[in-house]
Formats: sequence, structure tokens, C-alpha cells
Amino acid sequence: MLSIEEVTHIERLARLKLSDQERERYRKQLSDVLDYAARLNAIDTSNVPPMYHVLPVTNVLREDIPNDNFSQGEALTNAPIQENGFFVIPPILGGEE
Amino acid sequence: MELADLTAHKLIELIEKREASPLEVAHSFLNRIEKYEPKVKAYLNLKDKEEVITSIRDNEPYSALLIAIKDNILVKGLHTTCASKILSNFIAPYNATVIEKLNLQNFNIVGKTNLDEFAMGSSTENSAFGPTRNPWDLERVPGGSSGGSAASVAIGECAWALGSDTGGSIRQPASFCGVVGLKPTYGTVSRYGLVAFASSLDQIGPITKDVTDNALLYSIINGHDPNDSTSLKLEPHKFTHLSQDIKGIKIGVIRELLGEGVDSTIKKCINDAIETFESLGATVDEVSLPHIDYSVPTYYILAPAEASSNLARFDGVRYGFRALGKITEDMMSNTRGEGFGPEVKRRIMLGTYVLSAGYYEAFYLKALKFRNLIASDFNSAFKNFDVLISPTSPILPFKLGEKTENPLEMYLSDICTIPINLAGIPAISIPCGFVDNLPVGLQIIGPAFSEATLFRVAYGFEQATPFHNNRPNMGGIE
Repeated sequence: MLSIEEVTHIERLARLKLSDQERERYRKQLSDVLDYAARLNAIDTSNVPPMYHVLPVTNVLREDIPNDNFSQGEALTNAPIQENGFFVIPPILGGEE
Repeated sequence: MELADLTAHKLIELIEKREASPLEVAHSFLNRIEKYEPKVKAYLNLKDKEEVITSIRDNEPYSALLIAIKDNILVKGLHTTCASKILSNFIAPYNATVIEKLNLQNFNIVGKTNLDEFAMGSSTENSAFGPTRNPWDLERVPGGSSGGSAASVAIGECAWALGSDTGGSIRQPASFCGVVGLKPTYGTVSRYGLVAFASSLDQIGPITKDVTDNALLYSIINGHDPNDSTSLKLEPHKFTHLSQDIKGIKIGVIRELLGEGVDSTIKKCINDAIETFESLGATVDEVSLPHIDYSVPTYYILAPAEASSNLARFDGVRYGFRALGKITEDMMSNTRGEGFGPEVKRRIMLGTYVLSAGYYEAFYLKALKFRNLIASDFNSAFKNFDVLISPTSPILPFKLGEKTENPLEMYLSDICTIPINLAGIPAISIPCGFVDNLPVGLQIIGPAFSEATLFRVAYGFEQATPFHNNRPNMGGIE
């Protein structure tokens, strides 16, 4: 079973604020799924290469040519807060009083 | 039968022979929406009726054959919510490539359909805007995640629809709603403009009333796209005439997908299907895929891992919902905590965990190795068989709320469809029977790029059976 500390750690890594209730619920549900996933240990896979992708493609490169897909205005239309062509966010630092 | 009950290819024929006008055809779909939508709730967002009607062109049959689009595919100028609070106010600034392809053929989009939030789920109950109901029994789920698209096609609220399939999200709802759904070979349909869930597994595909319609719509949406780096450089695959001759086709029945855990009434439907195939001159044998039982744990490590990375972009900065927070990090955590629903949070947590230091090798890397083993099982099987078959779902459409409290149980119901995404190969679900007036789906699986064979085998079966002609009666709603 995952500990509450582990759940809080994942929560921080994922930047995902949970309530106390959610933390307790996910602790149990994630543990169930991870226990179930442990059945993968039944087979020795040390000689099996990992398959990251089904296609034999690696890097796909193209010329770096600017196009006119979006104006600045269009790119900002969905912004929660914008000002003078910028996305506005709260301060990056601070918060700890 | 009304016009809205007919297949798209039949309606094209009627329009071309001037036996039905495009306007009549479109109105038939719009009437269905008016009549059934309050009960079924297949759509999250419907286009203005007048706008739909003014887009109809007399000499363009596709403009009358209204199409529904799953609400995780971008249509410029329309809301694209992914059934999530976090995108509730998001308006797509560009078209997905599949939408551009539809536009070139003068398709007429009628609306955006409901789904499990970010396509994560098997019942469409995980929508932030409420569930869609199964037209065959309104107390039951339509399957998911493309439940809105499948339900809408089944009751003639549109002629056809697009869905997306990461672990069965086209095929399982097609099965639950008694329609046809194709998960194409990975890389044949562009993912540009599809909101990413698990990029190595996601594919867009058609949901239709029969196999001919499916081949027709697939012909239009597939083909290389430079905007998607995982799109294959292949000539578009076009299907004009389907062959129904399946004499000599070698069919393998996957033993592990007909074991315990599969409803006995579904097994019976599959056995009947086997007899039908044999009577059509195909040879049918059992085949074992020894690692297929590991598909669910493999998938529920890999898909959440990719999702946790893909969904990092929803941070309240550039688009979507934003919650308050004194500093940016708090704003982001609060936005995500308030904006995502329970299943999406569960998967982000799971994915973040299996990718985190100390667990990466034990879970993520291990699962990638199993992905290889599962894909190899299929490769071996295709040395002896042209196609493989299984049920699309081990269970019949279940009641709303029946599985929401136990996520693992819900995950286990994806056992038949998940392995196909892991292997990147195509599969189609077609109706193969009814149990207590609930549809049962047959899954036909082929090697990569075998869509032509899948359509042929599916069409041969369809033409020999009556199931594709059944339409839900909607409990007599008038």
C-alpha cells in the first residue's frame, strides 16, 4: 500500500492539488492497480528489448521555415489573462510567508 | 425505416438518383436530434440548425450526410472541451487534419460528441458534463470513450461519426451501440489536432452504420500528414468496391479472449459467428497468444505514463480554465486539481508514479518490454492466419453507475481491445448478435496495413447476417 507521503510526493511532481479525501481514495485505488501490475514480474524480461513505439521511425526533421498559421492575437484568444500581447501569470517566486 | 435509419452509401445513392433531396436527408437527422437528444445526450455541443442547413449543397451528397465529431478533435471556431472542466471555455483556433480532409469533400459537421474526459474511460460516465445513454437501453452505458459518437450514429442523429481509440474507445462503444467502428493501423490517420492522451497508442477512426460506410469514411480520412511526425509516408488508401468473398481466408480465434470472464451469451454469439465464417468458406482455428493476458497491466502503466506527460500542458497559463493561486506553481496545482475530474487525476497520479525515480524500471520499462512480447505474439499468429477474431467486449453494456466505484474492474473490461493498440495494428468491431435486445460486437484483427482484408472479412460476415439492419427502437419515444 502506498503511504500518504508517497501520494503527496506524486501530487507535487504532477502539480496536482488533491483534497485529503482524494489523497486517501487514490492511495487505495493506485495501490490496487499497482498490485495488479505486479503480475508483470511473473516473467523474466531481462533479454527482451523495450518497445517504445510500434513504428520504425525515429527523428522526423523538416526545414525550419516560418509560416503564417497564427497571428499573435489568435494565439492569445484562449488565454485566461492577457496583456499587451503577453500571457499574464502570478509571480513565480514568493508565496512562503 | 426513415431516411435517418439508412446507411450513408444508401443515402448517397438516393440523392444521386434524385429519390431523396439533400435537404430532406439532413432534416431527417435534425429531427432525430430534436426527438432523441434530450434522452440520449450524445452531444456536448450542437451547431446552430440554420448554419447546418445553409451548408447543404444540392450536388454535394456529403453536405447532407451530417457527421458528428468526438469532442477531443479540433474543429476551428467550435468549443473543444474533451468533456473536461479544464477546457470548458476552449475554442479551437485551427482544424485537425481529419477535419481539413472532411472540409475538402464538403462534409457538414452537426456537432461535437460526448466522451469520457480526455478519452479516459470505457463508459462515457467520466464526462464532466454528464453521461451519454445507450440507445438500446437508456439505463445502460453506451461504452466509451467515444460513447457520444457511437450512440449518435446508432439512432440516426447523424449519418456517421469520428471517434478516437487509445485502448478500445472506438470499438467498444461501437460494440455496445450495435454499429461498426474501426481502429486503423497506427500512423495511417493523422493525429494532428487530436488532443493527445497516449501518443503512441491514439488513432482517429470512423464509426458508421455498416462496413461499406466505414470503408468510405476511412478512405477520406487516411493519408500522410507532415504535421504529424508519426504519420506514415503512404499513399492514401481508397476503397471503392468491397469484396465479400472470404473463401480460403484463414481466421484464428484467440483462445485467451474466450476464457472465463467472458459472458457466456457473448461466447455463444462468437461461436455462431465462427459457424457463419465456415459456411462462407473461411477456415477457422484456435490460436494462443501467450502474453495477451498481460495486456491490461501493460496498458495501464504505459497509457497513464504518456497521459501524465501529455496533460502537463494544461496548466492554466495559455488556454482553458484557471484557478487562483498566489504564485504560479500554486495557480497551476490548483487549476489542475479543480479542472480535472477523478479518472483523469487517477491516471495522472498513476503515470507520474510509474515514471518517477525509483519506479521507472520496475514499472514503465518493464511494461515496454511486455509491449514487445505482446506485439510479437501477434506477429507470430499472423504467420498462420490472415485475421484473428475475438469478442470486442467480454461483457454486455452495463448499467450506469455499476462500475464507477471500482476503477480496476472497469480497466479489466478493456482486455479484448487494449492489445491491438499496444501492437499498433488495425481492428474493426461489427455487430454479431443480440442478447436481450443488447448488441454484441465481433472484433476482427489484422496485421499492420491490412484494412483491405478487415473490410473484406467484415463485409462478407455482414452481408451473410441480419444484425447490421437492426436499429434501436428507443423505448417507443415519439
